[in-house]
Amino acid sequence: MHEMAIASSLIEIIQEELAKHGATKLVSARVCHGKLTNIVPDALQFAFEVQTQETPLATATLEMMEIPVTVACGGCGKEFTPETPDLFYMPCPHCGREFAHEVLTGKELYLDHLEAE
Amino acid sequence: MDIPVVRNILEANEKMADQLRELFSRHAVLVLNLISSPGAGKTSLLERTLADLKNEFSMAVVEGDCQTDNDARRVAATGAKAVQVNTDGGCHLNSSMIQAAIQNFDLAATDILFVENVGNLVCPVEFDCGEDFKIALLSVPEGDDKPEKYPVLFEKSSAMVLNKSDLLPYVDFDVDRAKKFATHLNKDMPIFLTSCRTGEGLEGWYDWLRAAVRAKKSR
Repeated sequence: MHEMAIASSLIEIIQEELAKHGATKLVSARVCHGKLTNIVPDALQFAFEVQTQETPLATATLEMMEIPVTVACGGCGKEFTPETPDLFYMPCPHCGREFAHEVLTGKELYLDHLEAE
Repeated sequence: MDIPVVRNILEANEKMADQLRELFSRHAVLVLNLISSPGAGKTSLLERTLADLKNEFSMAVVEGDCQTDNDARRVAATGAKAVQVNTDGGCHLNSSMIQAAIQNFDLAATDILFVENVGNLVCPVEFDCGEDFKIALLSVPEGDDKPEKYPVLFEKSSAMVLNKSDLLPYVDFDVDRAKKFATHLNKDMPIFLTSCRTGEGLEGWYDWLRAAVRAKKSR
C-alpha cells in the first residue's frame, strides 16, 4: 500500500500548483501511470479520497490514465508495443526475441493536468 | 481553468535521495539498500557481514521495521553502529527517513552504510533512499518463482542473494530457474547462493562488497 505515500506527495504537488495559479477549487486532476510501475490505480484513487476528506480537494475527481508499454528490441533494436506487457515475455514481431528489451515507455508516474477554479 | 503540470509525483523523495547520494559520495560511503520479504534473512546476512568484515570496514546500518528495535539491537551486538526507524505500519523507507537516521553516524568514518528496508518485495522498490545499489534477497523456502512474480525488484537490483541454501535439500527450489529469470531481467547481475547459518557462499558476497567499496573510494 505505498499508494498512501504516493497520494500524499500528489496532494502536496496539487496544493502547490493551485497556489501558484491562484486557484482555490480543484475540479479534477489527471495522473499518468505506466503499465509497468508497481501502482494499483484503484488503490491510489482510494488513498486520494481518504486523504482529501473534509479538505477543499474532497470533491475533486482523480483521473488515472495508463501509459502503454513500448520497447526497443534487445535483438534487432526495432521499436514495438507488446501485446501482453510482461517483463519476461514480449516477443518481438520483427525478429522473435522474447525478452531483455529496453523499455521506452511504461514506467512513468506523473501528474500531468489539473482543472481548477 | 486548465493547468498543465507534468510533475513527477515522487519528485520530493527523489530530490532528497539525490542530495543524500551526493553527500554519501562526498564521504565515499558505499550505500546498499537491502530489499526482501520479511524473514528472508536480511538481518542475518548483516549480522554475518558486520562480524566477518569488522576488521576491514567501518559499517553502519539503518534498520527499517513497522515496530520494535529488535533488529537494531541484533546488528548493534556485532559492534556496528545501528539506528532503528519504525514506520508505524508504513510499508517502505523513504529518503527523508534516511536523512534523519544518518544524523547519528559519522559519515567521514564510514565505509559502508546498509539500509535494511521494511520486508516487502513491492513498495520499497519505488522509493529511492539515496543508495548506490539495491540488493535483492530471496530465501529458498519462499519459492523459485519470486523473480517472475515480482520482476521490478529484480530488474532494479544490482545483485541478488539467494539465502538459506542449507535448506535446499528440504524444499523444492530450483536454483537454475530463479537464476534464469533474474538474469533475463538483469543479465549481468551477480548472484550469491548463501547460508547465513553455515557461512556457505558468503565469501563471494564479501568479495563483491570489497570490490564495490574500492570502486566507490576511487571515484
